[in-house]
Amino acid sequence: MRRPGQGMPYPYNQGTIVEQYLIFNQLNYPIISVLLLLPLIGAVLGLLFKSDKAQLRWGLGVTVATALASLPLYTQFDRTTALYQFVEVRHWLPALGLDYAVGVDGISVLLVLLTTLVMPLCVLCSWSYIKERMREFMFVLLVIETAMIGVFVSLNTLLFFLFWEAMLIPMYLMIAIWGGARKDYASIKYFLYTFAGSIFFLASIIALYVQTGSFFIPELMEHSFSFTFQAWIFLGCALAFAVKVPMFPLHTWLPAAHVEAPTAGSVILASIMLKLGGYGFLRFCLPMAPEATWYFMPWLIGLSLISIIVGGYLALGQSDIKKLIAYSSVGHMGFVTLGIFLLNDQGIKGAMLQMINHGITTGALFILIGIIYERTHSREMSVNRALGAMMPVYVLFLGIFSLSSFGFPGTNSFVSEFLVLLAAFSKYPLVGALAIVGAILAAAYMLRLLQSMVWADSDGHGHHDDEQGNGHILKDLNAREIGTLSFLTIFVFWIGFYPTPLLEMMDVSVTHLIDQIGDGLNQAGDDNLHHAFSSWGNKMTGLLTTLKP
Amino acid sequence: METMLFLPELLLILLALVCFVVSLGKNPRTALLQGAVITFSILALLVTAANYQHSGTLFFGAYQIDQLSQLFKLVLCAGLALIAWATPGLRGIEKRLHPEYYLFLTVSTLGLVMLSSAVELLTIFLALEISSYALFVAIPFRQPMNGRQQYEASLKYVLFGAAASGLSLFGMSYIFGLSGTTYLAELSPLLPGLISSQPLAVAGMILLLCGFFYKLALFPMHFWTPDVYQGAANETTTFIATLPKIGAVILLLRLISLAGVDISQLSWALGILAVASMTIGNLSALVQNDIKRLLAYSSVAHAGYLMLGIIAGSTLGHAAAIYYAVGYLLMNLACFFVLYHLSSDNRNLKLDDLNGLYRRAPLLAFVLAAGIFSLAGIPPTIGFTGKFVLFTSAFQQGLYGLVVLGLINAAISIFFYLKIIRAAYLTNTDADSSAVSINLSSKLLGLGLIFAIILLGVLPQQLLALAKAAVAYL
Repeated sequence: MRRPGQGMPYPYNQGTIVEQYLIFNQLNYPIISVLLLLPLIGAVLGLLFKSDKAQLRWGLGVTVATALASLPLYTQFDRTTALYQFVEVRHWLPALGLDYAVGVDGISVLLVLLTTLVMPLCVLCSWSYIKERMREFMFVLLVIETAMIGVFVSLNTLLFFLFWEAMLIPMYLMIAIWGGARKDYASIKYFLYTFAGSIFFLASIIALYVQTGSFFIPELMEHSFSFTFQAWIFLGCALAFAVKVPMFPLHTWLPAAHVEAPTAGSVILASIMLKLGGYGFLRFCLPMAPEATWYFMPWLIGLSLISIIVGGYLALGQSDIKKLIAYSSVGHMGFVTLGIFLLNDQGIKGAMLQMINHGITTGALFILIGIIYERTHSREMSVNRALGAMMPVYVLFLGIFSLSSFGFPGTNSFVSEFLVLLAAFSKYPLVGALAIVGAILAAAYMLRLLQSMVWADSDGHGHHDDEQGNGHILKDLNAREIGTLSFLTIFVFWIGFYPTPLLEMMDVSVTHLIDQIGDGLNQAGDDNLHHAFSSWGNKMTGLLTTLKP
Repeated sequence: METMLFLPELLLILLALVCFVVSLGKNPRTALLQGAVITFSILALLVTAANYQHSGTLFFGAYQIDQLSQLFKLVLCAGLALIAWATPGLRGIEKRLHPEYYLFLTVSTLGLVMLSSAVELLTIFLALEISSYALFVAIPFRQPMNGRQQYEASLKYVLFGAAASGLSLFGMSYIFGLSGTTYLAELSPLLPGLISSQPLAVAGMILLLCGFFYKLALFPMHFWTPDVYQGAANETTTFIATLPKIGAVILLLRLISLAGVDISQLSWALGILAVASMTIGNLSALVQNDIKRLLAYSSVAHAGYLMLGIIAGSTLGHAAAIYYAVGYLLMNLACFFVLYHLSSDNRNLKLDDLNGLYRRAPLLAFVLAAGIFSLAGIPPTIGFTGKFVLFTSAFQQGLYGLVVLGLINAAISIFFYLKIIRAAYLTNTDADSSAVSINLSSKLLGLGLIFAIILLGVLPQQLLALAKAAVAYL
């Protein structure tokens, strides 16, 4: 029914997956399997290296190789179609109708690229930060990379879930082994929140399978389910993704996890893992439960606004720099979910671009915090003051990424937040006005951070004491750190001034997605927030009555 | 031909006799005995495998051999061999009692093997008692260094076991009184009608099942579990925690499928028991510090998960229950294997005793991690695939409430499973703790367990197909 365009020849016709799902691979080699296997094999082989230096070089080599291997996804990507590309299908469990099916479309391809490009930086920022159990660290890091890429490329719900859960243990270990003082608390909290969320996601996967007999995502998107079924699926999935994003009131694991995680862990969490939540909404909730999406839209918009404002407000009050950035993430990701649930072209594109931008900017900010922490052993704003004179290069980068973080024109976040705000104002001016408050808060806390770290009044001595109380001069960035940050800076300005190539990549897929959910317009009443709110109680009661066996 | 079908049981009886003869001597050699147990159980396994496709009835129809019983016999014989392999030296058992100890394990396994073939109520009862009584005797064999908790454990096991057997027998009397037969084959056409018309039949069935709830440690027959796990020697607990549960599963499958396709009369009662079992097991496990007690409560919870498949009642549900039982055997064996090797002085281990395990014994730590993650149901282990199939089968039958409650329970359980992982991997070694060394054969077993837990989790179709073929004989 909602079938886009004319199909390309389908090269992997193996029986269960038929031509009707319109998928293809334009390359003559299985690029996505390569991306999945490179880090995994690298992780296992890396166990052979004994010395820390060799570990780091190996990890860097593997992640860079993966990044290079992923470039054809950008260059060869067909921007004129919403079909799944680079697809591979292999039988795995014929008894359950389960296949190894991977591929990307305009929604996932940028996130895969973000993952492969950020991972080398995670190795670089661990160069001197990680001091113990380097071999295990590299193993964990590379396994996480495979799992994250796996989530973005899975075209099979169970495969998606397997990768989703596979991230859980290594990330838990990363926080729990290499974390800070309260690592026990933070890691357990992270694990419990995520696992509790994903349990309901598993229930939704089972429900979809029982209803349709299929795990194949493109096939599930074609089904039209009853409203009740959609509503349950939506709630089950949304819980898992809302924890991951994280959306108020499920956000409390994030500051704890961010603050305690090592720099690489924070970067992975902020740059990529939070995006899995947004991606999940786009891949599962919207296309599979369109009517429910329209129905729950007001609530998710409301929660997104609360996330934006509460995140910004809490960030304003932090004295720990890392915590400040963590809360700012809650606010920025609020823009992502807001954009998604405005359910129009600009909103979703803005949300997807915001995911990329948040990955770049917040990742860079966490790297910057890691750098200063290595030098002063503190993340307190009051300790890390007046760095302008001592570390000019550091301060330059801090300035760039802080401006980018609150969406200064000319930087990347400006484009995406602008798109989301545009969508909000064109649809619900009140929502736009409230989101603006969040944007202003972002400017306030980032400028406060900048003011304190760069220009604050230094009374001349004692600020950067070492353990013996002797003041000393802090070293500015070395070549490795400059390289890491410069790489990200390129993207800040590239996306800031010329986002068109990225928008082009997602364009057709987003249009297709809007097509899929567009039907909801008639059912829930697009402009009638009041109606949706007032009928909420009745429909909820109706939903609950379906629980009875 | 008929002797061939009964050969596995005969081999186990022979093994029991060998143990008995050895027990008459002065200085038993444990390693030789262990070898004999492993050899005989593998022989029994091979014989069963060779006769896998054959079926027949023995002893006036009271004893039936079909693919279902053969599958369970395979699992039970393999289980006995693995348990003997996992606990070399029987450090926790008094030296002079080693032959008797193996004797009673063998007899208990024999009872379970008979249970998997028994299709007549009195035969079932007899087999059940054979398997229980042997354990009543084996539990107090623990070295008397830990006070008297093994006697307490044994007494609890006896008292609860006797009460459960009594209830079971009482239930049988109702069933017999209503139907006039004790043969399952004759019961199966009568029972669905009786259950829908006579409340007494429902009561009789539930009472009858109590004996097996006791074996499976399902609420409300679970109270013995933590104390018995704690009081018994580590090697005895390894046995109690694994094989009797397999035996209970087959009888629950046989008896509940008797009630017919529409078991809604029974399923609400069983559903409540399953949910109560999961919830009580998981909540109680949260606060445990003794690892064996923790695993005991976790086994109560797992009995609840397993019941989901049995309640679902479909082919997939039954197959899922069998698959999960096999997985449960493997993952529990992995955990107890590690506990046995860690506890060099036969103590009960606390969570703190696992500290720094990843440095002291990397392989054991990894085996433990595989077992625990599998119990927690995290992919790609057999525990995840098993839970997935169980929940899918329950979902297909529209048991949404049970599935949701089961999933919530799975989320709760993560917390205490993680406590074990955290102790083993994330804490540092105390100064006085030394490396744990294990010999080559134990290393092989450890690697094999990891391999099996992951391989059967990733590629479940062969085992599931076997289980599906087996449940066709119900």
